[in-house]
Amino acid sequence: MHELSITESLLNTASDYARKNKAKKVIVLNLVIGELSGIIDESIQFYWEMISENSICEKSILHFDKRKAIMKCMACNNEFELAGELSPCPSCSSMDLRFLSGNEFLLESIEIEK
Amino acid sequence: MANTKIQIVENILSANDRIAEENLEFLNARNILSVNIMASPGAGKTSVILQTIKSLSPEIKIAVIEGDTAPVTIDADKVSKLGIPVTQINTGGNCHLDAMMVRKGLQSLELKQTDLVIIENVGNLVCPASFKLGTHISLVIASVPEGDDKPYKYPGIYRGIDCLILNKIDLLPYIEFNQDYFRKGIEVLNPGIPVFPVSCTTREGFDAWISWLRKKIQGK
Repeated sequence: MHELSITESLLNTASDYARKNKAKKVIVLNLVIGELSGIIDESIQFYWEMISENSICEKSILHFDKRKAIMKCMACNNEFELAGELSPCPSCSSMDLRFLSGNEFLLESIEIEK
Repeated sequence: MANTKIQIVENILSANDRIAEENLEFLNARNILSVNIMASPGAGKTSVILQTIKSLSPEIKIAVIEGDTAPVTIDADKVSKLGIPVTQINTGGNCHLDAMMVRKGLQSLELKQTDLVIIENVGNLVCPASFKLGTHISLVIASVPEGDDKPYKYPGIYRGIDCLILNKIDLLPYIEFNQDYFRKGIEVLNPGIPVFPVSCTTREGFDAWISWLRKKIQGK
């Protein structure tokens, strides 16, 4: 549900940069989304088509670069990918874990037509 | 003509984050401590707020911002009855408060001589986590009947918070709730975070929470 506000924010940011760079239109948006960011790319896509209509971003393509959730075990220094729910270190079963990545939620670049 | 690539690398919610930053400056300029309270519906947000007001008021001057998805003033009325200034933000069905709504809420309150602003977010364990409001303290209220597995199922909300209140501990004898398992999950997501087990019914545990909060207010 919160994807609508997020998509609106995305449209504003992309349109700002497009105008600053004197774009005629935006062709592609490259996004980075971490698995733990709580953002669902399909809903972003759904809202995007709705709200980008009649804007400089109309008919632009969203590219999602999805980043895995990587954990580090503080007991044995093992780094591992989290599969779904929070789970213990697969090599030593410790729950003393830290997050290394997976929170990302960025607009990395846009491709425009001048 | 070939497309031109423009590097941006900006957090998609940076517009919200900027307004949150302004909210924080607004509060700092007035020497006010602010708390963002997040929880699932029914965890006891309003009950904890009422108990907190009773423990600190009138010595500490408090104001409350109530976030609700519908124009129902049940929560705001309860706060108002205690003689505390309260403003309600109706999100119009939206699942979270954002920084702009909080800005409007702050502007609609008379904040002269206020020490503490408490913001009750919309009851939801998912969406509010993504939106910074510009408060000094973000906290989650978990409650015993929700189950001990919530940190594992809703990791996002526990990550950025400053403390956790575990409410309804008077129900522990009646409900299977493994506190060790619960705390282990919290510790992974947010190492070293203070956890305050409380009951709004018996007031058990409230002194520890109140004394922690009081220190934060005095530290302003």
